[in-house]
Amino acid sequence: MKIKLLAVALCFAANAHAADRVKVGLITTLSGPNAAIGSDIRDAFQLAVKLNGGKLGGLPAEVIVGDDQFKPDVGRQLAEKNVKVDRVNFLTGIVFSNIMLASAPIAFENKTIYVSPNAAPSPMAGKDCNPYLFVASWPNDAYHEAAGQHATNRGYKNTYLIAPNYQAGKDSLAGFKRYYKGNIAAEVYTQLGQLDYAAELAQVRAAKPDALYIFLPGGMGVNFIKQFVAAGLSKDIPLLVPGFGDDQDIIRPVGDATLGLFDTAHWAIDLDNAANRKFVAAFEKEYKRLPTVYASQGYDSALLIDAAVRDTKGKIEDVEAVRKAMKATKFESVRGAFKFNRNQMPIQNYYLRVVSKDSQGRLYNKVLGTVFKDHGDAYVQDCKMK
Amino acid sequence: MSWILIAEQSLNGLQFGLMLFLLAAGLTLVFGIMDMINLAHGSLYMLGAFLASTFVQLTGSFTAGVLLAIPATAVLGMALEVTLLRTLYQRDHMAQVLATFALILIINELTRLVWGSDASLPMPGALSGPVELMPGLPYPAYRLLIIVVGLAVALLLFFLVTKTKVGMLVRAGASNREMALAMGVNIRLLFTLVFGAGAALCAVAGAMLAPLLAVQVGMGENILILAFVVIVIGGIGSIRGALVGALLVGIVDTIGRAFLPILFGLFFQPRVASAAGPAIASVSIYLLMAVVLYFRPQGLFPARG
Amino acid sequence: MKTKIPVFVLLVLFPLAMLWADQLFYVSFASRVMIYAIAATSLNLVLGYGGMISFGHAAFVGTGAYVGSILVAEGVTSAFIGWPAAIAVSALAAWIIGAISLRTRGVYFIMITLAFAQMMFYLVNSMKAYGGDEGLSLRQRPSLLFDLGNEVAFYYVVLFLLLLSIFLLYRLMRSRFGRVVVAIRENEARAEAVGFPVYRYKLVCFVIAGAGAGLAGALLASHGKYVNPNVLHWVQSGTLMIMVILGGVGHLWGGVLGAAVLLGLEHLISDYPIGWLASLAPNYQQHANLGVGLVMLAIVLFAPQGIAGLMERRKNASP
Repeated sequence: MKIKLLAVALCFAANAHAADRVKVGLITTLSGPNAAIGSDIRDAFQLAVKLNGGKLGGLPAEVIVGDDQFKPDVGRQLAEKNVKVDRVNFLTGIVFSNIMLASAPIAFENKTIYVSPNAAPSPMAGKDCNPYLFVASWPNDAYHEAAGQHATNRGYKNTYLIAPNYQAGKDSLAGFKRYYKGNIAAEVYTQLGQLDYAAELAQVRAAKPDALYIFLPGGMGVNFIKQFVAAGLSKDIPLLVPGFGDDQDIIRPVGDATLGLFDTAHWAIDLDNAANRKFVAAFEKEYKRLPTVYASQGYDSALLIDAAVRDTKGKIEDVEAVRKAMKATKFESVRGAFKFNRNQMPIQNYYLRVVSKDSQGRLYNKVLGTVFKDHGDAYVQDCKMK
Repeated sequence: MSWILIAEQSLNGLQFGLMLFLLAAGLTLVFGIMDMINLAHGSLYMLGAFLASTFVQLTGSFTAGVLLAIPATAVLGMALEVTLLRTLYQRDHMAQVLATFALILIINELTRLVWGSDASLPMPGALSGPVELMPGLPYPAYRLLIIVVGLAVALLLFFLVTKTKVGMLVRAGASNREMALAMGVNIRLLFTLVFGAGAALCAVAGAMLAPLLAVQVGMGENILILAFVVIVIGGIGSIRGALVGALLVGIVDTIGRAFLPILFGLFFQPRVASAAGPAIASVSIYLLMAVVLYFRPQGLFPARG
Repeated sequence: MKTKIPVFVLLVLFPLAMLWADQLFYVSFASRVMIYAIAATSLNLVLGYGGMISFGHAAFVGTGAYVGSILVAEGVTSAFIGWPAAIAVSALAAWIIGAISLRTRGVYFIMITLAFAQMMFYLVNSMKAYGGDEGLSLRQRPSLLFDLGNEVAFYYVVLFLLLLSIFLLYRLMRSRFGRVVVAIRENEARAEAVGFPVYRYKLVCFVIAGAGAGLAGALLASHGKYVNPNVLHWVQSGTLMIMVILGGVGHLWGGVLGAAVLLGLEHLISDYPIGWLASLAPNYQQHANLGVGLVMLAIVLFAPQGIAGLMERRKNASP
């Protein structure tokens, strides 16, 4: 034990002189069918830093980008390297819950703050809540709860559900069912990363549901929607998706087949606040494409870190102070008002959106109305943090 | 359970099986005639898909792109054979396994360097809708195309192998290599051509499946094992065996993915039932292989006496 | 023996030096290399000495890893129970798989071992209770009489187990059993004709190797406090094979050398950018596998006995 203490003390001693810049480890999915998601998060984060003059909270920022290749063990190795060798002040970037569950604990165990720009699995909102986790996106169930509410509002009697078989998939359908008051035609879990949905689509056709709700992010969604249309099912069965299920990264490869799709999300391109207008314009100018919700979350992660570092006046080696600052901080989020719940996940609005064409004929998600106002999550009561 | 569902799932199984056949046919010939285990066969499938994606972008036409990818992959395959793989024929199986495994790593990285880790091959617009096969049974047009192409290639192969001189030499080489050599067959040329043909078949499968799946580095490894299982079931060196084996595997896989979760759903929770289906389907494919090997250790249609 | 003593001293002093320099990460890295050395050595037994091309060895490593992890997750935190349990279950799995697979020869054997490995992969993937695809994270390492969370302590334990494994392999190969196994590898027909129960010998060899792999798996899971179905994937078997070939198939230290060189190179390439190489090919660090593949190909074609073989040739060649 004494050896351990000595080592830790040496670590702190070494770090006390390192507060001349902010080091951020950004681990995300940059290859494979889901590369578009990770690219958006990385691009938006780096844009925020750039717009800030290459700084976060007044200190020069060094962002170390790594590709988890959609593999939990690779993500975990990168986390080890970032936390133990590069000694980053913040870890962020992970898209998928399975990779996050494997990697983020390395940060927690080593008293490094992890800012999640996407994944926020339900155990971490409840019994596994952790003081070093700050979620800049939304609790995993949230989009799906809003969708379930919308399906109830629309009077769908018989809904078919599909999600991939991992923690986030389980969270998604649990969330949907929490607010959906109709009948579930079937609850099907596909393999994570599956690309061919011929068998599942045949089952959907045979079941003849009122509506189909799918949680299939990234490349999975692209393939599913294309095959759904190819099988002739889009004519008969309304498809409902969570906000990222038909966002720009899916609209681009699928095209006009996404027109008219309804979805639910905490943010949209046309949300009217100053921070968002600045973000969307800058993103489009820099990267020549429209941002997705993932990009908005990556951008907000950077803004969150920026605010926390600023509030501690650059003394980031005092991790406890940074934590307190982050929990209490007020920053101009692109989603409007931003507030943390007790479990350090956001409390926010969720909107109904529909894929439409803008004045330039481009496809985008337009806000139709608000489904939930100031919505938290269903797990916070299990969290022991104050 | 409606007959429409059964019909649709059968077509799905057929589609999958035929593509698997294209891969297995090349693999079984290489193994049967040259007695070489080629783990890099899946890499040729991957290269076919990447090349097709590039040609489609260059020519703007799906058909042209796919048709160009086939000879391109064949040429690459033959180049590989002439320079490298030829030296492995004399070596034992272990050396072949290790060398071709190393080749997988090399080809994967080179692909990444040239193309990046993925490419895209969009489905031709005209085929992205359904075709009404009969009232109440719309089926994706593109998958029908795959089935048609698969059957056509199978027929072409059968014709080549049974009715042409080259085909006869191939069959002779597969059933008794020493005799064929003794009869004065230009074995080196034959080997190269066989390898090239195998590569071409891989390219067809890779290009055809690309719009449905994803073109990414590493796509060959997953399908490689299935191809090996198919040729072990079908009998090494036999094209007919490859077809039967591939169709069997296709059917078992589809049944597993489609119907087992329903069966399990009666007893287990959805997450477990959904996971059990694919797991059991994979296990059944290997069980099928084990059963076939137990009763007919040489496979269903062995090429050698 | 002359080189071995200084190397041994170095290995013993290494973690203390790293501790002093506050670079405990490298102690952890060294432990990981040694664990893979144990796994590669166990494969060397069945592949190098036994001549059996088993593509399913990762399944035994994975079995050990999962048994070790599940026990800790369920509250059994004593390594005195966990590790032997992992060894026992892996040995059992090896016995079952070996009993069936060894009835076949040649490519069929390869295929069946591959198939079994994939079956286990899918089975483990479907165990949602233990994480499935996400894998299983442990809160702590299992403990011997002392806390294994201490990197230095863990290092010494692994070092001890590695040396024990090598010693056991050495004794095994010197024994009658070992010589029969090698004879079977050289010429199976002749061994059978002489009257040896070939199948039984091969099976025992396979099971011992499986047990060794199980130990390595349990150590791996304890070290990283994490296990995930990818450990069982056949491509991992391939990685272990690379280590054995690189180090020297059939040589006592083949597994150790191979693991050290492969993992060491991997770490060096990805973490220490070489200036001039980076300016030639900016992303070269992400393509380390290209180098690995080329080296492996070169070894298969030109130096089939690996590094250990080259070293021996040098030793024998000099007058």
